[in-house]
Amino acid sequence: MGIYALWWREFIVFRREKSRIVSSIVQPLMWLFLFGSGVGASINISDINYRDYIYPGILTMSVLFGSVFFGLYIVWDRKLDVLKAVLVAPVSRISIFMGKVLGGCTDVTLQILILFIFSFLFPSVNPWGIPLALLFLLITSIALVSLGLAIGSMLESLEGFQVVSTFVVFPLFFLSSALFPVDNKLPLWLQSLVKLNPLTYAVDGVRGALLNVSTFPFYIDFGIITFFAVIMFLLGSVLFSRMK
Amino acid sequence: MSIIEIKSLTKTFGKIQAVRGIDLNIEKGEIFGLLGPNGAGKTTTIGMLCTIIRPTSGSATLAGFDVVKNPADVRRQVGIVFQDPTLDTVLTGHENLELHARLYGVPADQREKRITEMLELVDLKGRSKDITRTYSGGMRRRLELARGLLHKPAVLFLDEPTLGLDPQTRARTWDYIKKMAQKEQTTVVLTTHYMEEAQLVCDRVGIIDQGKIMAMDAPDNLKESMGGDLVVIRVKEPPLQKIQTLPYVTAVKLNDGAVEITMKDAHLHLPELLSIIPHVECVETRVPTLNDVFIKLTGHDIREDSPEDSGSWVDSVARYRQRGK
Repeated sequence: MGIYALWWREFIVFRREKSRIVSSIVQPLMWLFLFGSGVGASINISDINYRDYIYPGILTMSVLFGSVFFGLYIVWDRKLDVLKAVLVAPVSRISIFMGKVLGGCTDVTLQILILFIFSFLFPSVNPWGIPLALLFLLITSIALVSLGLAIGSMLESLEGFQVVSTFVVFPLFFLSSALFPVDNKLPLWLQSLVKLNPLTYAVDGVRGALLNVSTFPFYIDFGIITFFAVIMFLLGSVLFSRMK
Repeated sequence: MSIIEIKSLTKTFGKIQAVRGIDLNIEKGEIFGLLGPNGAGKTTTIGMLCTIIRPTSGSATLAGFDVVKNPADVRRQVGIVFQDPTLDTVLTGHENLELHARLYGVPADQREKRITEMLELVDLKGRSKDITRTYSGGMRRRLELARGLLHKPAVLFLDEPTLGLDPQTRARTWDYIKKMAQKEQTTVVLTTHYMEEAQLVCDRVGIIDQGKIMAMDAPDNLKESMGGDLVVIRVKEPPLQKIQTLPYVTAVKLNDGAVEITMKDAHLHLPELLSIIPHVECVETRVPTLNDVFIKLTGHDIREDSPEDSGSWVDSVARYRQRGK
């Protein structure tokens, strides 16, 4: 089966790139223990230590970066003609797309699981919330890998990476309430942008599961992030099929 | 039924007519070469047969499947080695083959055996666990050859298989191609602009230029059409009558202080020929090449674009000066 073949390939590559895995774990940990502890010395939010407060957001950040860049790497595959051999096989484009999405999600999920192991270092985190948080993150990953693949299939060169990073990934992260709560203390323009960002609902859902603190009800978080995933998946599969 | 049947196949890219109505039948088991310069339409033709490019008009069937109507079936029957390498350099040789086997639906119980078989055929078994990034150019080609035949396709397409390789690697690659074609009983279709390649490897050659097939036959037959070998003798007063009556001479032409004689088997008859011509100043013999056939058919050289392997450096300089004009 074509999908499984591609997922298998991604898994091998993932296992092989150990340095990438290590840095993708260390970076969130730095956010948590350097930035989080630092700010947390002065600030608590909703009576929760700041470092614990941003734990869900940092997990989501990890998913965001890991997923989008995984998808964007398709530009590399195209440049190196690696994808050519796959595109010529009797496997449908949609199967290739799904294989890539599965592969990306697996990558990201494995990284997140390692980060979950550190959850005992965050006293406010409720370990029973992990499965639900994982579900949110998985759906978010599907959405973001699809987004990465969608953009990647349209990019002609590797210079696009910087542009995407600056104008897509960073705004999605900073405006997702990962680092600050969505409430009326925010100026109106910022509040609106944050509420328009689908990732806000992902972060909120994960935060609700792990810290029992959330701005929006569960069904809104879940509904929006799932809807976002479906749209991105469809968009990605269409653009991927049209590629080259 | 031929393994590949092409009728009036055409491809136009906007205003450019890359392929202008090709009719061609390729028989099962043969090694067929498409010989022509860069831009002749070779890669486009192959692209259409592999279902990568959609024909503008005309039809083609491969192993009985129509390339437009049943592309997936065609792809299952086709192995391709592209001009540029397409190996997954992050994976090992073995993994590259395994990925291919999975994508093409090689049954799990046959996979390992088949991979080993192909690795042994191209002498890469020892390096199969190494990452392909560490392979040399020749090794990569061999692996791609093994990969192309892994799923036992009916036809293997090779696009410029020895482009950019050094002479020894080229010769070895030709040996591998022939060995594998014979062992696997696969039909091979290759494109090339190297006449030696067409001569040494192919059973039949189709000469293609500007999107049309100009001639198609076995390489030796094509060269026969030139009428024989060319012997150029610089001499003041050649006895034209005597030369013309020799049975093996097919044409005689006077040109600028030399006589150009087309004759059969110059290497056998040259001594006799020279004995009837007095005061010979110098002799040059040329056996016809496919390039000569090409020039006769199209009026220009095959290798206008690739001076890297032209016969003499003087030619290269001349060409270089010409282009500067």
